[in-house]
Amino acid sequence: MNKKNDGAMNPYLAGGLSGLVIIFSALLTGNYFGASTSFVRSAGMLENFVSPGRAAQIDYFIHYIPKFDWQLMFVVGIFLGSLAAALATGSFKWQAVPDMWAGRFGASPVKRGIAAFFAGIVAMFGARLANGCPSGHGLSGAVQLAISGFIALTCFFVGGIVVARLLYSGGHK
Amino acid sequence: MNSQLFYGLITGAFFGFFLQRSRVVRYDKQIGALRFMDMTILKFMLSSIVVGMVGIYFLRDLGLVQLRFVPTTIAMNVLGGLIFGAGWGVLGYCPGTQGGALGEVRLDALWGILGMTLGAGLYAEFYPAITKNLAGVGDYGFITLPQVLGVNPWLVIAGFVAGALLLFRWLEKKRL
Repeated sequence: MNKKNDGAMNPYLAGGLSGLVIIFSALLTGNYFGASTSFVRSAGMLENFVSPGRAAQIDYFIHYIPKFDWQLMFVVGIFLGSLAAALATGSFKWQAVPDMWAGRFGASPVKRGIAAFFAGIVAMFGARLANGCPSGHGLSGAVQLAISGFIALTCFFVGGIVVARLLYSGGHK
Repeated sequence: MNSQLFYGLITGAFFGFFLQRSRVVRYDKQIGALRFMDMTILKFMLSSIVVGMVGIYFLRDLGLVQLRFVPTTIAMNVLGGLIFGAGWGVLGYCPGTQGGALGEVRLDALWGILGMTLGAGLYAEFYPAITKNLAGVGDYGFITLPQVLGVNPWLVIAGFVAGALLLFRWLEKKRL
């Protein structure tokens, strides 16, 4: 399935170039990749918006102050960079249900939306419990040879492989 | 916009560009890897780790960068990692790549982003109880693999690079 060439960049090259971005980021600005903390800050900002001053009463938001920081802009930048790449190469794909999902669970955007929403809750709860996501632990942790990074990265894949297997077992592709 | 915010935006834009160009942002690629059908994301991740590792430790030897990573707290790393993985196996997007998926108009990523924001708020509610009960279990602090093994970091890096190259060769042979 991955053999048909749809104009994608070689993953080794794209990954290697991303590695250079990691290096330059650490060298020039002292920042390592991460993403999940941004969702904490966003959640805190939303809570403050709904009920002003609320975040200041919650320990976690005292630890991670709800404001825009390097990482939150990094996450916004990923959106913009992907948008630019999709525009530049005409590889937009206006789609509410991924192909593989549709092949197994049907083309209902509601069903996919509900699953994605609840899976998002679970994934982020886990990422914060683990103290990082595939960016923070998987990339930043591993490039620094941090034990926490290797443990979390392994567990991400173990959990993911088990669940993907359960979801797709017995089904057609 | 202060300079740190600007740097964040630019750094993210480069990363997002490469994520989209190599299709790593897509559900089919992420779940494809978890089902051992298409290892694109593993190739991408390991390539960036290999390059990043060599560069970061080289610059660290020159005193130009400082390491900054999170402590090892086994119970939380393992439990959180498995829970994240379970959610990831359904969602098919990561916190970082999800914005990139939205960038090429995968609309289901929006639901993931909303869910993740709620999940972060939910974690904040449980944070005091969790740290009280779990943070101390297997708390080894800021440790790295070469520290634990008691060897020079370059030995570990050499081993990692060799292992990754062998894995890449095998993946290409198996046409994954």
